[in-house]
Amino acid sequence: MNTLDWIVLLVTMLGIAAYGAWHTRHTDHLDTYLKGSKTTKWGTIGISVMATQASAITFLSIPGQGFESGIGFVQNYFGLPLALIIVCAVFLPIYRKLGVYTAYEFLGQRFDAKTRLLGAGLFLLQRGLAAGVTIYAPAIILATVLGWRLDVTIISTGLLVIIYTVTGGSMAVNLTQKWQMGIIFGGMIIAFAILIARLPDGLGFSGAAHLAGAMGKLQAVDFSFSPDKRYTLWTGIFGGLFLSLSYFGTDQSQVQRYIGGAALREGRLGLMFNALLKVPMQFSILLLGALVFVFYQFQPAPVFYNRVEWQQHATGTNAVAFHAIEEKHAALHAAKQEKIRLWLDAYNHHRPTEPAARADMLQAQAATDAVRKEARDALTATDRFADTKDSDYVFIGFILEQFPHGAIGLLIAVMIAAALGSKAGELNALGTTTTIDLWRYFRPLAVHDEARNVRAAKWFTALWGFVAIGFALFAGFSENLIEAINIIGSIFYGVVLGIFCVAFFLKRIGGTAVFWAAVAGQILVFILFFTLHISYLWYNLIGCAACVLFSIVLQALLPSRSITQKF
Amino acid sequence: MNPEPPEPHSDESPGVPGFRTWRGIYLFVFGVFVLVVALLALFSRWFA
Repeated sequence: MNTLDWIVLLVTMLGIAAYGAWHTRHTDHLDTYLKGSKTTKWGTIGISVMATQASAITFLSIPGQGFESGIGFVQNYFGLPLALIIVCAVFLPIYRKLGVYTAYEFLGQRFDAKTRLLGAGLFLLQRGLAAGVTIYAPAIILATVLGWRLDVTIISTGLLVIIYTVTGGSMAVNLTQKWQMGIIFGGMIIAFAILIARLPDGLGFSGAAHLAGAMGKLQAVDFSFSPDKRYTLWTGIFGGLFLSLSYFGTDQSQVQRYIGGAALREGRLGLMFNALLKVPMQFSILLLGALVFVFYQFQPAPVFYNRVEWQQHATGTNAVAFHAIEEKHAALHAAKQEKIRLWLDAYNHHRPTEPAARADMLQAQAATDAVRKEARDALTATDRFADTKDSDYVFIGFILEQFPHGAIGLLIAVMIAAALGSKAGELNALGTTTTIDLWRYFRPLAVHDEARNVRAAKWFTALWGFVAIGFALFAGFSENLIEAINIIGSIFYGVVLGIFCVAFFLKRIGGTAVFWAAVAGQILVFILFFTLHISYLWYNLIGCAACVLFSIVLQALLPSRSITQKF
Repeated sequence: MNPEPPEPHSDESPGVPGFRTWRGIYLFVFGVFVLVVALLALFSRWFA
């Protein structure tokens, strides 16, 4: 990065943060602080929902996913539009009707105080633990590639988001996310244009797409029922529906984005905006990664894309072995380039040799893939804690190598804007839930003191921000912590969704039944987690199903009491 | 709890040209989703 890049980066990031903080500095009404402006329209809500979900990892990892495994990952989002329709039709009208600040406040109205505290407590535990990762995950990648100090990167991005989130609350979050998404969309369009321009002469988008398709990178939809395949149309629709319903319907970081606004209509249209755009947006980011893959077929490509990690281990006694792997990869990569040229010639001229040329090309690709695996194995053999997942470094490495100065600064700003946007939504939700569901519950006399409530919300938001920074600094000790946090999230998410499913769809079940069902469901998930060896994603489904089933059974066993029908 | 003015009926007109009910909007979004999946399947086949 040169001076121009730094100017672009600092002006955009500091400018947006300063604008957000200054514009919302007089936010002193609790309603505005927690829900945003009363005049917020659907466009702002829609962008805010999108920005909260799209973290920096979206723009670092997903192109890498497209590069490595192709665009099939887009199927993971197929359940999202369907989940958003359910949230619009069922969840949102009830949240609005009750005028709640948090989703867990609704549980208090529907069931009782203990169920509300349980829901809020599970959210705080899960989101609180994950809070550091949203800062840490992009910081470790940017710090590694750009040579920045990790602690300085974490502290500076963390403080920046704390300042404007604490100052203006939800209103500042909405306002800054709008500008941040502008930077993100602009940056990604420029990235696409530069990438197409950098492709070899005569190849163009169509030729690149045909090559990517021939090499198996453009299989967007897989209709097979094979349980061995991770991403298919069916896992996407059913698994994705389940995960999206948990996230958009019950996670306060999303609920807070759409329960405010001028009217119910604005929240609904904001969610429908996401239902329409999310799949095409993820497809575009994945396609970008697949095109970066094509780009590297015509260039010298590294055997391992996290060059810093590779160089750190390619020293001393390992140097000879690592160098041999590099040379082997370079030779196979050059041989593959020749096969690709032969295939392109056969394909463009409709020659009968095209199938044979394609088979040769795929064989050459398999050979280079095998050497890349050999490189990862060599890293693990040298250091079992080495970070062997290099796909996260593909896109950022491409930006730094190929983009002109100025554009580099803009694309780094895209990554940081995404990190700030999602972090702000998260802090805002943690601060709000702590204030409304815990602090106000234990200090009921303070409910009517609006200024005191706003002060408490600001303090709790700041506190969670510092917890996140502290956790991110600590997380530097362990790479595997990111996966651990995802596992912790899946352990709790299912039961929380189960409580809400009972609340919305099983109206005869009362608070005591659902509370003990949730506790039993959570214990069951813990037991299964320590005894079974299944993908942690299944615990979302198991927790939800257990909570719903136990609720039905417990309600049948409990003495019958009239349940007030409020909704 | 935050007392709010009564919300208009949740099935009121969405105020989007061409749509009289929210059900119409949901059907439209679902239809677009099916169309996007079909286009992605065609995309995969075209560039395979």
